[in-house]
Amino acid sequence: MSDISFERPDPRDFLDIDSLLSEEEIMLRDAVRTYVRKEIVPNVGDWWEEGELPSDALAKAFGDIGLLGMHLEGYGCAGTSATAYGLACLELEAGDSGIRSFVSVQGSLVMFPIWKFGSEEQKETWLPRMAKGEVIGCFGLTEPDSGSDPASMRTNASRDGGDWLINGTKMWITNGSIADVAVVWARTDEGVRGFIVPTDTPGFSAPEIKKKASLRASVTSELILEDVRVPDDFVLPGVSSMRGPLSCLNEARFGIAFGAIGAARACYESALDYSIERHQFDRPIASFQLTQKKLVEMMVAVQRGTLLALHLGRRKDDGKLTPEQVSFGKFDNVRNALEVARTARSILGANGITLEYPVFRHMANLETVYTYEGTNEIHSLVMGQAITGLNAFT
Amino acid sequence: MNVIVCVKQIPDPATPYRLEEGTNWLIRPEEQILDDTDRYGVEMGLQLVEPSGGTVTVVSMGPAGSGQGIRQALAMGADDAILIEDTSLRGSDALTTARVLAAAVGRREFGLVIAGTESTDGYSGVVPQMLAEILDVPALTYATKVEVDEGSVTIHRQTVAGYDVVTSSLPAVVSVTAGVVEPRYPTFKGIMDAKKKSIETLSMGDLGAERAPEQLVLSIVDAAERTAGRKIEDDGDAHEAIVALLAERKVI
Ligand SMILES: Cc1cc2nc3c(=O)[nH]c(=O)nc-3n(C[C@H](O)[C@H](O)[C@H](O)COP(=O)(O)OP(=O)(O)OC[C@H]3O[C@@H](n4cnc5c(N)ncnc54)[C@H](O)[C@@H]3O)c2cc1C
Repeated sequence: MSDISFERPDPRDFLDIDSLLSEEEIMLRDAVRTYVRKEIVPNVGDWWEEGELPSDALAKAFGDIGLLGMHLEGYGCAGTSATAYGLACLELEAGDSGIRSFVSVQGSLVMFPIWKFGSEEQKETWLPRMAKGEVIGCFGLTEPDSGSDPASMRTNASRDGGDWLINGTKMWITNGSIADVAVVWARTDEGVRGFIVPTDTPGFSAPEIKKKASLRASVTSELILEDVRVPDDFVLPGVSSMRGPLSCLNEARFGIAFGAIGAARACYESALDYSIERHQFDRPIASFQLTQKKLVEMMVAVQRGTLLALHLGRRKDDGKLTPEQVSFGKFDNVRNALEVARTARSILGANGITLEYPVFRHMANLETVYTYEGTNEIHSLVMGQAITGLNAFT
Repeated sequence: MNVIVCVKQIPDPATPYRLEEGTNWLIRPEEQILDDTDRYGVEMGLQLVEPSGGTVTVVSMGPAGSGQGIRQALAMGADDAILIEDTSLRGSDALTTARVLAAAVGRREFGLVIAGTESTDGYSGVVPQMLAEILDVPALTYATKVEVDEGSVTIHRQTVAGYDVVTSSLPAVVSVTAGVVEPRYPTFKGIMDAKKKSIETLSMGDLGAERAPEQLVLSIVDAAERTAGRKIEDDGDAHEAIVALLAERKVI
């Protein structure tokens, strides 16, 4: 206790960032970490290689733990702090970005808009079952011709008697083919509105996108809506502008600022262990100056990114986090995570290109994370506008 | 039926353990975690009370600390806790531990007391038996399976050859092996509820318990370095060499 400061810092928590967490946060974090170590890490390499995901079993397990919609209050949700949600994302993504995506989409992109903009009846209908993992959701915003500029969407809905008719195509939709319900954003005469569409509604189909070289332990789909008819009480009453989808993305991006660091941490730890065990020229490769430089750069990036994420978490819990600050987190932590993954890959040599080690998988996944939820460039422009007052988007 | 589960808070086994100069006592950090082997006891207790609706109380003793390990047991679903916390308990041996636990357990109505067979940091492996003796109830040890029926408990007692089926009346003390049941993952709800649950903190004075005559740790010797194993290269006759080796060790 007394002479602890003379000890070597923990290579896995150099700055003792754990000391900034409450006991409850550590317990919540450890619950996810233990689950990921036991159930995800041993299997996810195979899921990734095969492009398969045992989604029902995962949804059930995540529901049992309380991960789904964990930071929402009521309706069977755990009601944790935003920081705890971030820490959970970090641990999930230390397993795989696809697994974290599954939880992000369910909690931040589907449950959140229903919780925030839904009617009481919509909340009662969907949230408890989604929290338990009995119902899986997806979020349809992006379209084939509308990515970084979602306001240009073509999917539209028009009133038809007491119902709505929705037409259009959504693209790159996580969980699309396995979802029971989709929150679909469409333009209407009343602005952009969110529709809760059960996926068994006639006219709705969701073919899976194959041949992905990234996020393979995650289902990505196209959503095709042809005269999909839903009653008026399937519209989210609380919002009729781009503020709807953008506020969801803001929630999910917050989780990604933490999550990306999880992937980076897994890469760093894998490279650290490997470099101590692997001998060349009769010495562990960790004893070479060039390798140590790489290890230190990775360690520093992971710790710095964790501090940044934690800072954002504290601000969010204080109700002070701005969307531009979320952009900072998504922008900086994802690009650094990608850099860490690439560096770790180089340390593993030939083994670094296999799926026997997690590094290549994380590296490939992070290419998706770099692009979705606002590309690196888009977040640059958000921050650029914030510091100059000048819009460089168009 | 109410179940009491004895649990120990220990320094995280992932961190290096250090012993105090002179006394050879383990230096305990402020933050101690629930001994992993006690998760089996807590899980067993929870499963035994779930059908009947009794309560699970965890009991733990130790010098002062943050109590984190206790809250981990509460997060799994235990109803409440008794924590005997007293700096005078530093370095206490198995007999003192058993006396203190017995004094605490004796304050509650219970059908069954569950403990792990031995702790991960001490490995004495005698506390449950001593506890039963002091409480004057039967001890059923090394359980790989536990069943409770009207007024009786039946266990599978692990032996070298297999298991014995042992039955006794209640109340009783049962020590459970790791693997008796699969401990549940703590849920977020459980973790968040844990801080609302009652932890009764008692001192030695509150219990009127006394330390037993002390066991002294006279010296500590490092375990012998493991010697390199023997490699049998297979030139087509490796199986013979392996059979001979197993026969020599009287395994077959
Ligand atoms: C695996 C995966 C899962 C996904 N899941 C979902 C989901 O569940 N729901 C959903 O709605 N969407 C999802 N997406 C879509 C994702 O959000 C989009 O891919 C992303 O918004 C980028 O759109 P885009 O791919 O059309 O690229 P584009 O917008 O065409 O961008 C191409 C390039 O141009 C750059 N660019 C664009 N505009 C500008 C500008 N003004 N200035 C500078 N550079 C610019 C971009 O930064 C990028 O580098 C997913 C994507 C992937 C890969």
